[in-house]
Amino acid sequence: MSDIVPAASLIPADAPFPKAAKVALGMPQLRANLAHATGTIRAKRAKVAGELDDWERLRDTASAVKADVQRRLPELAVEFEQNATAAGATVHWARDAKEANEIAARIVREAGAEEVVKVKSMATQEIELNEHFEAEGLKAFETDLAELIVQLAEDKPSHILVPAIHYNRTQIRDIFEQRMGDAPVGLTDDPAALAEAARLHLRRRLLSSTVAVSGANFAVAETGSLVVVESEGNGRMCLTMPRTLVSIVGVEKLLPSFSDLEVFMQLLPRSSTGERMNPYTSVWTGVREGDGPQDVHVILLDNGRTGVLADEVGRQALSCIRCSACLNVCPVYERTGGHAYGHVYPGPIGAILAPQLEPGKHDDLPYASSLCGACYEVCPVKINIPEVLVHLRQQGPHQAAEKAAMGAAEAVMARPRLWRTALKAARLGSMPWRRKGFVRRMPWPVSKWTVSRDLPVPPKESFRDWWKERDR
Amino acid sequence: MKRVALFITCVNDALFPEAPKAVVRILERLGYEVDFPAAQTCCGQMHANSGYKNDAARLARSFDEVFGGYDAIVTPSGSCAAMARDQYPHLTGSDIGQRVHELSEFLVDVAGVEDVGAHFPHSVTYHPTCHGTRALGLGDKPLRLLRAVGGIDLVDLPAADQCCGFGGTFALKNSEVSSAMLADKCRNAAATGAEYLAAADNSCLTHIGGGISRLSRIYGSAGVAKSGGPKPIHYAEILASTA
Repeated sequence: MSDIVPAASLIPADAPFPKAAKVALGMPQLRANLAHATGTIRAKRAKVAGELDDWERLRDTASAVKADVQRRLPELAVEFEQNATAAGATVHWARDAKEANEIAARIVREAGAEEVVKVKSMATQEIELNEHFEAEGLKAFETDLAELIVQLAEDKPSHILVPAIHYNRTQIRDIFEQRMGDAPVGLTDDPAALAEAARLHLRRRLLSSTVAVSGANFAVAETGSLVVVESEGNGRMCLTMPRTLVSIVGVEKLLPSFSDLEVFMQLLPRSSTGERMNPYTSVWTGVREGDGPQDVHVILLDNGRTGVLADEVGRQALSCIRCSACLNVCPVYERTGGHAYGHVYPGPIGAILAPQLEPGKHDDLPYASSLCGACYEVCPVKINIPEVLVHLRQQGPHQAAEKAAMGAAEAVMARPRLWRTALKAARLGSMPWRRKGFVRRMPWPVSKWTVSRDLPVPPKESFRDWWKERDR
Repeated sequence: MKRVALFITCVNDALFPEAPKAVVRILERLGYEVDFPAAQTCCGQMHANSGYKNDAARLARSFDEVFGGYDAIVTPSGSCAAMARDQYPHLTGSDIGQRVHELSEFLVDVAGVEDVGAHFPHSVTYHPTCHGTRALGLGDKPLRLLRAVGGIDLVDLPAADQCCGFGGTFALKNSEVSSAMLADKCRNAAATGAEYLAAADNSCLTHIGGGISRLSRIYGSAGVAKSGGPKPIHYAEILASTA
C-alpha cells in the first residue's frame, strides 16, 4: 500500500501550461491511466454516436438552440426566474463566485445545518464552494463516486466528467483504505467491491443530511425546471431526500423550452459516457407539497459569462454542455491530464473557456493545442474550438521577441523578391550540412524543435530553379 | 488546354522541391497547362495560427493579388488550402479559397480521375493529416488515388487519425507535448514495416520525418541495426512515379 499523494499537488501551481505539461508527461502511471481511460470512452462514444442517422442534424439543432439562448439570455433568465418562483422556488442572482458562495452558505445556515451532501457539479467546482464552506465552518460532502475519491484524496478533479480519471483501481483502493473511515477491512481493488464500500459509506450520509447542493445540466425557462443528468443515483437521492435544496446554475445552462431537452438528451449521454440513454435524469420544478425538498433555491451564476457573451466568436464556448467528448479525443489532454491546465475546465473546452472566464489569466492555454480539430469533430453542440483558439491567440498578448520574429518573417514574405533572396541565402548557408542531409542541433528557439527532431536541409536546386530551367 | 495555377507553399519553396515538381508532372500528364506565378510566397497560416492577424491579413491579400486571376489553384498542402478556405473570409473577406484545391480534391472532384497512371512498387503507409482530413474534409480521396497506383502495397497505419504533434509553432511552444505525440506517431509508423510513410502535407512530414531520422540515429549510436521507421514521402511524388 502506497501513501496518498494528491496528483494535483505534483504539478507546480500556477505554472504556465508547457511547464506543467512537462511535469505531467514525466509521470508514466498517469499517462498509462489516461491513455487507457480516454481510449475506452472514445471508442464507446464513436460507436453509439455512429448509430444515429440524424446525428449531424441533432448537432446542428443543438448548436442553433444554444446560439438562440445566447442571443436572448437576459429575457430567458427572467422568464426562468418568474416560472421557478411561481412554482415555489427562490431564485437568487450571483454576479461572481464570492456572491454565489455567500448566498449558498447563508441558505445552509438558515436551514440550521452544518453539513451538506453534493451532487456532482462543475459550477460548484468553478466557484470553489467546498473550500468556501470549509472556511465558513461548514462541510460539503461529495456523493458522486469519482468526486468522493478526489475529495478523500484531497486532490482536484482532472476531468470534467470523470474527475478521478487519473487514478486506477489500485490507487482508489488505497485512497479508500486510508481515508474512508468506514472502509471494510481487506478491501480489494475489484470495482464491485470498491463501489459497494463507497455505497455504504455514502448511504449513511445521504440518510442523515437535511441540505443538498447541486448544479444543473439544463434550466428550462418556459417551465422554471432544472435538470440533472447523472449515472449513479446518488444525485437523485440528494435531489429528493433532504428538506433544503440549493442549485447553483451557470446562466448559460438555460434552454427556451421543455421540448428542447429532447435534442440534448440524445446528444449528451452518447457524447459523454458513450451510453444510448442516461441512467438517472432528474427534473424538478420548484416545490411540490409533501414530496421532495420543501425549501428549493436556485442561484443563477454569472461569474464571467456575460463577458464571454460579448465576444461574437468566443461566445460559442458558452454552448458547452460539459460532455467532455473533446477531452477524450484530445491528443494533448490524453498526454497531460487535466491538472496541467491549471483550471477547473481542462482540455480543449477549458483552453477556450478559462481564458475567457478569467481574462488576463490563462493566456497560455489557447496555445495548448496543435489545432488538429478532433475536438470540433466530436463536439455535440458544434463549438468550433480550433476557430476560437486561433481567435483568442489573435486577441492575446505576444512576447516581444516572437512578435519581432513574426514581423520580420512577414516583411520578407510580403516581398516576393526579398523572399527569393532569403531562400537562396538559406540554401547557400546550409551548404556545410548538405552532405549529411539534416541538422541535429540549433540555437533557441529552433532548439525546441531539434530537441527531438532532426531538421531537413534546404535542397541544392529549388523548385524555382527547376521551373526556370524547364521553361527555357 | 485547361489552365491551372500551382501554389507550391513556402515550406516546399524552401525545403522540398520534389512535391511541387510531382504536381506539375501529374497535372501535365492529365493534359493541364500549369502556371507557376513566381511572386507567390506564403499563405499566412503560421502568422494567423500564432495570433498575428494583421501579418496574416497582409499575406492573404498578397495571395489574392498573385492568384486572383485563376479559376483553379492547385496546392500539395491540405493545411494551406484549408487556411485559404476557412480563414481568408474572416481575415480579408476573400472567397478565393473556394478556388484553391488540395491536389486530391482537384484530381478526384475537378478532373474526375482516380487512376493517374502511376506505378510505385513499394510498401506505403498513409497518414491522413489533420487539416486535410478535418478542416478540408478530404475523406479518402488521397487513399483512392493511392489505391489506383500500380504495384503499390498499401499498409494500414495504426491510430492513423491521431495528430503527429506538429501544429506549426505548437511544436516549439509546447515542445514536450508535441514530442510525446510524435513519439507515438513514429512508433505506429515503424510498426507498419512499410518502406514509405505518405501524407498530403510536407510540414507534417518534416515533423514525422525529423522524429524518424532522430530515432534512426539514436539506434545507430547505440549500435542497434534498426531503422527509426519508414521514409517520409509526399503522396504527390508517388502519384507522379511511373513504371
